[in-house]
Amino acid sequence: MSKLTTMREAIAAYVHDGDTVAIEGFTACICFAAAHEIIRQGRRDLVLCRMTPDLVYDQMVAAGCARKLVFSYLGNPGVGPLHAIRRAVEKGIPNPLELEEYSHFGMVARYIAGAYRLPFFPLRSYVGSDLPKVNPRIQFVESPYGDGPVAVVPPLNPDVAIIHAQRADVHGNTQLWGLLGAQKEVAFAARHVIVVVEEIVDEEVIRSDPNRTLIPGLIVDAVVHEPYGAHPSYVQGYYDRDNDFYLRWDEISRDEAATRAWLEEWVYGVRDRAEYVEKMGRETWERLRPTQAWSKPVNYG
Amino acid sequence: MGDYTPSEMMIVAAARALAGVRTVFVGVGLPNIACNLAQRTVAPNLELVYESGVYGARPRRLPLSIGDPALITGALSVCSMADLFGLYLQGGRLEVAFLGGAQIDRFGNLNTTVIGDYAHPKVRLPGSGGACEIAIHAKQVFIIMRLSRRSFVERLDFLTSPGHLSGRGERERLGMPGQGPQLVVTDKCIFRFDAETGEMVLVSLHPGVRLEDVRAEMCWDPRVSSDLTETEPPTPEELRLLREELDPLGVYRS
Repeated sequence: MSKLTTMREAIAAYVHDGDTVAIEGFTACICFAAAHEIIRQGRRDLVLCRMTPDLVYDQMVAAGCARKLVFSYLGNPGVGPLHAIRRAVEKGIPNPLELEEYSHFGMVARYIAGAYRLPFFPLRSYVGSDLPKVNPRIQFVESPYGDGPVAVVPPLNPDVAIIHAQRADVHGNTQLWGLLGAQKEVAFAARHVIVVVEEIVDEEVIRSDPNRTLIPGLIVDAVVHEPYGAHPSYVQGYYDRDNDFYLRWDEISRDEAATRAWLEEWVYGVRDRAEYVEKMGRETWERLRPTQAWSKPVNYG
Repeated sequence: MGDYTPSEMMIVAAARALAGVRTVFVGVGLPNIACNLAQRTVAPNLELVYESGVYGARPRRLPLSIGDPALITGALSVCSMADLFGLYLQGGRLEVAFLGGAQIDRFGNLNTTVIGDYAHPKVRLPGSGGACEIAIHAKQVFIIMRLSRRSFVERLDFLTSPGHLSGRGERERLGMPGQGPQLVVTDKCIFRFDAETGEMVLVSLHPGVRLEDVRAEMCWDPRVSSDLTETEPPTPEELRLLREELDPLGVYRS
C-alpha cells in the first residue's frame, strides 16, 4: 500500500500540539520543509529534540511552536549563536523555552535506548563534568559486573520523527547516504515516522542496493516527495549546503522584527515547499549544484 | 620577526604537534585548519575523524563545518554517530583530539556551556556537542585557544569537558581511559602539562612574545618550564599552504 502523501497531510496527521518531535539530520538532511509546514499549521507547545537545534529549530522557536528543547549542541555551526532560541531562553520571546541538555553521545544513547526499548543506555561519559548537576536525567549506576560506576541516560521515544533522505519507494523503504547522523536510531525510537525524500523510486531500485536502506517501510507512516526539502541544509549528491544563508540567518535572527518578517515572507507567505523552491529561484539551485562523484557499483549476486 | 599573524603561528604550531600521529578527532574552526595543514605537511598518513561520522576524510577544500559535504566525498568511511562515538571514540581508537572552549583553567578543564550562572547565564554558549566524551576517551587532548584573561580563568563558570580535573591523578582515579590534555597552543605561546600535578606549564613563547605578555593575558600566574624555548616561526611552505590552499579567504588567519 502506498504511503505517499503531501507534507500538509502528513503534518496534520502526525504532529499535534504538545507532541515530542524529532527532526534529526546532522548538518545534512535536515527537513526544513516539514518544520515550515509545522509553523504554517500553527502547532504549539512542542518538545523539540535534536542533537544540534540548528536554524531549523531556531525558526520554529521564533514562530512560537516550542515549549522545550532537548539537545546537545546549541549553535549555528561555525557562525555563532542561535539568536531566536537565545531570545526565548533569556527573555521569553515569543514564549519561554525550557532546555534539557546532553552531550552528543548522550543524545545518541537516548535514541538507542528508545529504539531498543530499554529502560536506559550506558555510556562512558559525564565523569567529572557539571552536566549531570544541571540535568538530573543523567545518572550513574554501579556496574553489576564490578567495573565501577557508569553513566546512563533514559530512552527518548519521540511521538514523531521526521527523516529527510535521498530516496524511498512509496512504501517508505528509505535509502540515505552521506552523513547518517542518528536518523536510523531516532526513526526506530519514534512512535510515528514521516519520511521526506528528494526522489521516489521503484521498489526494485531499493532492492538493487539493500545495504543502503537505512529505514524499512515497516516503521514508516507517511512518505512525502519534497525536492529541495532540506534547504538550506544539504543532501549529498543532490544539493550543497547553503552556507550563505546560514551566515545571513545570523544577521536576520539577531533582530526580532527581521526574524518575523523573514518567517512572514518565506514560511507563512508561501503555500508549500514547491512555492518556496520557485521563489528561491533557479540561480540558487544552480549555485548549490554539487560536483559529480559516483560510487562504483557492487555485485549483490 | 617574519611576516605572519599570531593566528597563523598558532595554526602552524598546532599542526606540527601532530607529527607522526595516525588518527585525530577534528573540531570546528581552528582545529579544522590545523589538522588539514598537518595532513599536508608533518603527518601525511593522518586520518581525520569528525564527530559527524566521517573517518579518513580527504577534503579537497577546507571544510566550513564538521558536517561539510566535502568531508564525505572520497572519505574512507562514513558511519552513524552511534558507531562514531561507540566504536571509534569509546572503543579507544582515537589518538589525539583537538578541543577548544570559551574558558580553560590551569588543569585544562574546559567550559563551552555558559558564562555566568547556568540557570540565568550572562552568555549561553553551544554546550558540549561531543566534547565531554571526547575529553574522556581520546588518548591525548590538544587544546587550541587564543590567550586572554577572559578565557584563561582561575575558576570555570561551568565544567563541560574534564581535563585533569583537580590534578594529581584524579582522572586515573575516576577510571578515565584517555590521558587528558597534553598541549595548549595559543596565539602567543605553548603550554604542556606537568605529569605529576596535572597543571599547565609554559614551555614555549612565539617569536617576539615576552613572558610578561603571557602573564598579562592570564588570570593565574603560570608555571614556567626551566627550559622555556622560542617557537620556530612558520616556514614559507607552511604559510603558502595556509594562505593559498587551505584558507584563501583568510577566515581563520586574521
